[in-house]
Amino acid sequence: MEQTNIKLPADFETYGEARKAGFLRMKQLKDQGARVVGMFCSFVPTELVYAAGALPVGLCAFTEEPIPAAEANLPRNLCPLIKASYGFALTDTCPYFYFSDFVVGETTCDGKKKMFELLGEIKDTYVMQLPHSRDQAALSFWRDQIIAFKEKLEAFYGITITEDDIRRAIRRKNRERDVMLRYLELGKLNPAPMSGYEMGTRVDAGSFSFDLDQRCDVIEARTAEVLEQWKANKNSLPTDRPRLLVTGCPNAGVREKIIKAVEELGADVVAFDTCNGIREKVEKVDESDPDVYHALAVKYLNINCSVMSPNESRREYIGEMIDSYAVDGVIEIVLQSCHTYDVEAFFIKRFVTQEKGLPYLNIETDYSQADKGQINTRLAAFLETIEK
Amino acid sequence: MTYFAGIDIGSTASKVVVLDGSDMVDHFVLPTGWSSKETAGEIARRLEAGGHPVGADMKVIATGYGRVAVDYAAKTVTEITCHGRGGRYLLGRDCTIVDIGGQDTKVITVENGMPTSFLMNDKCSAGTGKFLEIMANRLGVDLPELFTLAAAGTPLAISSMCTVFAESEVISHIGAGEKREDIAAGVVDSVVSKVAGLCARHTMKGDVLLTGGLCDSAYLVDRLSQKLKLPVLTHPLGRYAGALGAALIARGKAAG
Ligand code: SF4
Ligand code: SF4
Repeated sequence: MEQTNIKLPADFETYGEARKAGFLRMKQLKDQGARVVGMFCSFVPTELVYAAGALPVGLCAFTEEPIPAAEANLPRNLCPLIKASYGFALTDTCPYFYFSDFVVGETTCDGKKKMFELLGEIKDTYVMQLPHSRDQAALSFWRDQIIAFKEKLEAFYGITITEDDIRRAIRRKNRERDVMLRYLELGKLNPAPMSGYEMGTRVDAGSFSFDLDQRCDVIEARTAEVLEQWKANKNSLPTDRPRLLVTGCPNAGVREKIIKAVEELGADVVAFDTCNGIREKVEKVDESDPDVYHALAVKYLNINCSVMSPNESRREYIGEMIDSYAVDGVIEIVLQSCHTYDVEAFFIKRFVTQEKGLPYLNIETDYSQADKGQINTRLAAFLETIEK
Repeated sequence: MTYFAGIDIGSTASKVVVLDGSDMVDHFVLPTGWSSKETAGEIARRLEAGGHPVGADMKVIATGYGRVAVDYAAKTVTEITCHGRGGRYLLGRDCTIVDIGGQDTKVITVENGMPTSFLMNDKCSAGTGKFLEIMANRLGVDLPELFTLAAAGTPLAISSMCTVFAESEVISHIGAGEKREDIAAGVVDSVVSKVAGLCARHTMKGDVLLTGGLCDSAYLVDRLSQKLKLPVLTHPLGRYAGALGAALIARGKAAG
């Protein structure tokens, strides 16, 4: 498709430096003819986007700033991630949304799926219908959805995506999963080799470096470096800091107030069962499956997100993580009004406390700073129950 | 002789307990003014006047939401752990502690002498001492009077989960000429319901001990017990549970 209209937003001059830089970088990419597809969620197969020669960019938003604007059209008691993502779109302040050729939504949770309907009035929004179970019928339906998404990409860009293109993309993405997993699994080292704050920040930052192979190289280099340093220093690292697993909703928007805070209070976050943790990375796409669409459908349907029902596999895999990362306690982060994680927390709490015999803390919060002090007290008290 | 002080700077009142190697040798409460720092200074003066000055022979642990303001404390410990330890000491056995504080309400499980899990109310002040204070203010009475009124009334429904809206419900009850006794009973009922709601989400083990400033109100204790369908125990020193816990931790630390 011809790109004739690569302009900056009208009030670009009023933006802060970081935001301006983001816009200029995206504009440069677009000027060079890059195809950009915006997406929100781990369930959307990025392999297809790469196979279309396009760049996938994450549009989930993690700051409070655009929420008031969003609340003009959305109810207040909606998950902050949904409100912020929509708010950025509405106010033209996210370069990635702004320069996306179109965006792909998915029917994960109710709030997000209905928000996409509103988003469709601002931007070309394509929605994948995600089934919420993992039986045969769901699998074949989801496989069809994956093919339909491929066809959308073909029609939009006027291209043909071959199975070979997809296979190549699968191999590249699988390598990325491996690389990310090796980095995140550094958390298994005891004492912890780096902060969970670094892990989360680095993984998220990586998704905005658009050269997939370069991104892998950077993470591989960092993995080697952390390992080196750990080997050299492990005898002098503190061993009495509780090791925590963080689970639940995407947490980038509350990373300072929870993950950084708990690490400053004397614990190490070593494991993440989250979208930017190992959840999407553990299972790869089967490269030997003769049916690429089936291979993609299986992999993506198995993501342990609470929007799936039932979702026991999440418990099993939290259990494995608790053991392999030698975890001393679990913090579950629930974004306000996220019903699926909030309800599923019942099982997670019971599983962690009764079957694994570990302390569990549930924090329900949003992107505001109002509960910072209270959260700090709860984190400190939680660590006091682990100490002893 | 070495002394051990626990200082609990709460949002409305600050509590202090001093222990020696075996007994409680002093305790007092004072209002937390607008500045926790000044309150901490005032506490230091009072400790000195009581013959247990802050210094080399005194180990201090601070707790409560203003705990960081006590710059002469060796350490700070959260009010959750302190209420757990102090409450367990007062009762003499493992239990579930419910603390209705000025700012927040917590439910704390104590097992093998140690707090093992807890739940705290969310950001909103509904279900806390602050809520009672605001409503008492609306009715033009103080807290003890509020409880006396409530004891003589039949609770009116105050259903809002939010303090601001609940306050307007109270105002409209006043406007509608409802009996003050009934409104007061409704106010207490609303707090008790919220506290019971918090308890319902927590695994309650053993007896329930109510700590914090409100444990002196027999009416509230009675209502809470009815709502929880469990006996609710209190102790004359219940409001000092946090400070006592802090002092016990100070003493435990010194003992190694
Ligand atoms: S938590 Fe679930 S719905 Fe939300 S982005 Fe991750 S996979 Fe998607
Ligand atoms: S955090 Fe929960 S409510 Fe928010 S978008 Fe993800 S699944 Fe939906």
